[in-house]
Amino acid sequence: MNGLKALATTATLLLAATNVVHAGATLDGIKKNGFIKCGVSDGLPGFSSADEKGNYQGIDVDICRAVAAAVFGDATKVKYTPLTAKERLTALQSGEIDVLSRNTTWTSSRDSAQGMNFTGVTYYDGQGFLVNKKLGVKSAKALDGATVCVQAGTTTELNLSDYFRANKMKLTPISYDKSDESAKSLEAGRCDVLTSDQSQLYAQRIKLAKPDDYIVLPEVISKEPLGPVVRHGDDDWFDIVKWTLFVMVNAEELGITSKNVEEMKKSTNPDIKRMLGVEGDRGKDFGLANDWMAMVIKQVGNYGEIFDRNVGKGSPLKIERGLNALWTQGGLQYAPPVR
Amino acid sequence: MTEFRVPHPDLPPPASTIGALGWMRRNLFSSPSNIALTALAAYLLWIALPPLLNWTVFKATWSGDTREACQANSGACWVFIRVHFDQFLYGFYPEAQRWRVNLAVLLLILGAAPLFTQIITNAAKVKLGLSLLVGYPIIAFILFKGGLFGLPDIETSRWGGLFLTLVIAGVGMTAALPLGVLLALGRRSKMPAIQTLCITFIEFWRGIPLITVLFMSSVMLPLFLPEGMNFDKLLRALIGVTLFQSAYMAEVVRGGLQAIPKGQIEAAAALGLGYWKAMALIVLPQALKLVIPGIVNTFIALFKDTSLVLIIGLFDLMNIVHNATTNPEWLGFSTEGYVFAAAVYWLFCFSMSRYSQSLEKRLHTGHKR
Repeated sequence: MNGLKALATTATLLLAATNVVHAGATLDGIKKNGFIKCGVSDGLPGFSSADEKGNYQGIDVDICRAVAAAVFGDATKVKYTPLTAKERLTALQSGEIDVLSRNTTWTSSRDSAQGMNFTGVTYYDGQGFLVNKKLGVKSAKALDGATVCVQAGTTTELNLSDYFRANKMKLTPISYDKSDESAKSLEAGRCDVLTSDQSQLYAQRIKLAKPDDYIVLPEVISKEPLGPVVRHGDDDWFDIVKWTLFVMVNAEELGITSKNVEEMKKSTNPDIKRMLGVEGDRGKDFGLANDWMAMVIKQVGNYGEIFDRNVGKGSPLKIERGLNALWTQGGLQYAPPVR
Repeated sequence: MTEFRVPHPDLPPPASTIGALGWMRRNLFSSPSNIALTALAAYLLWIALPPLLNWTVFKATWSGDTREACQANSGACWVFIRVHFDQFLYGFYPEAQRWRVNLAVLLLILGAAPLFTQIITNAAKVKLGLSLLVGYPIIAFILFKGGLFGLPDIETSRWGGLFLTLVIAGVGMTAALPLGVLLALGRRSKMPAIQTLCITFIEFWRGIPLITVLFMSSVMLPLFLPEGMNFDKLLRALIGVTLFQSAYMAEVVRGGLQAIPKGQIEAAAALGLGYWKAMALIVLPQALKLVIPGIVNTFIALFKDTSLVLIIGLFDLMNIVHNATTNPEWLGFSTEGYVFAAAVYWLFCFSMSRYSQSLEKRLHTGHKR
């Protein structure tokens, strides 16, 4: 496997090197094709999954739609490519997709050696704990001696043992290969706690017979910022994807929603006027239609809307905003201004 | 006076040796160890059957359209299967175009039906079989893919479900058998170049797991191609599966070839038949008949191996079921989904196995011991 990895890295580097030569190729290709090739996951509740009619939905999918709305003024001009965790980076490196929007954690190695550019953070995730309310535990610090169900062979196991060791607590881990099995074990009482990325814990909770009997503890023991990724070599394209996300966050901050975007165009607030393309040429700076930001909000919505619709209050997952609230409301979602 | 001895009319056999009772005595309670085993089996059924039936039938939910309909009952939620049923069959193939898949399946059934009956002669069967083998894939491809004759183009990434499973298995089987026969003949060839080539090919493909082949084709191959040049994921999987299975098939066929006595080939040569004619008319018909169980075994393995394409992100039956379990509206019904998938796989594999048995019976010429 190491040889394979070395081979892949060499090939990646070669590709990264050749990519620099024809900058702007990605955006040119997209405009020629007339659609965006977007890599999504092969099924992750709330992030990207296909419904019974075969339509993709989720936060990651909405990012693809927003970028399509930005470039073409039409959110439907996306071709989705479902990718497994192993093939996602290759697909991006080889040009099979233009943007990868697939719950990928932003790390230094991916951002540098693997020739990727992360365009921002769509979801601040982190490893957390799901427990039965009966235990009466309010904090992960009180989990001394607990039996913990954990997914085998992931960094989750490492994070877990590190956290317990750092807090001088005793731990009995039980490893499972499949997330379904670990949910069933928690239900049957074989373990006291289930640990996974928080976004997953909410999905696991729905699978339980009585979801309301379980709570996700407030502690987050690892940083997993998830965001869309593009490959090195096309800065114009990088800017567009990056700012599509910023526009959605700014829109929420300014109170612009998909419903009121037309009325907002009449607003007297210069920030809003600039963003919606009523005043100035901020849209044209990107080489796109001047009102592309308005199109993104109108067709897909602001950040709060897509969060609620896919994983938040308006969805079966019911995830709290938490770290993903706006910076003005105690969260981390912050976007540079449009001006 | 002559006394005729009237024999007593035949008594019926003792009640304990006939009927259900007799069968049970013979098969279930014939010895102490047998009695113990019967009791154990009965006990296992007693503890396993009621919960199983309760889950699958009595406490299951059959009607409704939403997740909420299933909350009331503790058994299986078959609504989940019903809601996703079309998706399990066709994947993401656009609804309005699904008639094309149905039509192609219908054409195949109509075209192939005479092959499985006795209404046409064997010579006609060969002709029909060959024309199907050549013609049908073209027709099916045009129907599935479109882009011609005003049919909208449907990309292979939208193919899925049972349909995709059957496409991969069908292509794999029909391509691997002829290729396997050629490789087997090549491996027994007296020409060193051909022999070495075939041995290398077979040993290479048999030496690596299918999962590696698929993984390489989807993760490594794109890195070596020039940027922007992609060839179809499904095509990559099909080529991988075919080459892989043909190596296995070659060894199965070679087993059959080795069972044919040398005298057969010499007799064919004495009749003035060349290599190909001797093989096609004398050796292969006998050899292939001998290895029907092996061939079908390989086919069944291939059919189940198609589910491995999920690691390269193709939505075959297995993966589309998995995808449905990640639909936020329908979380928590993976058991129902996988039970359904298992039932479908079993149905297909069992039919293949039964067909092979009937084929063996039909071709039976008294050589078996």
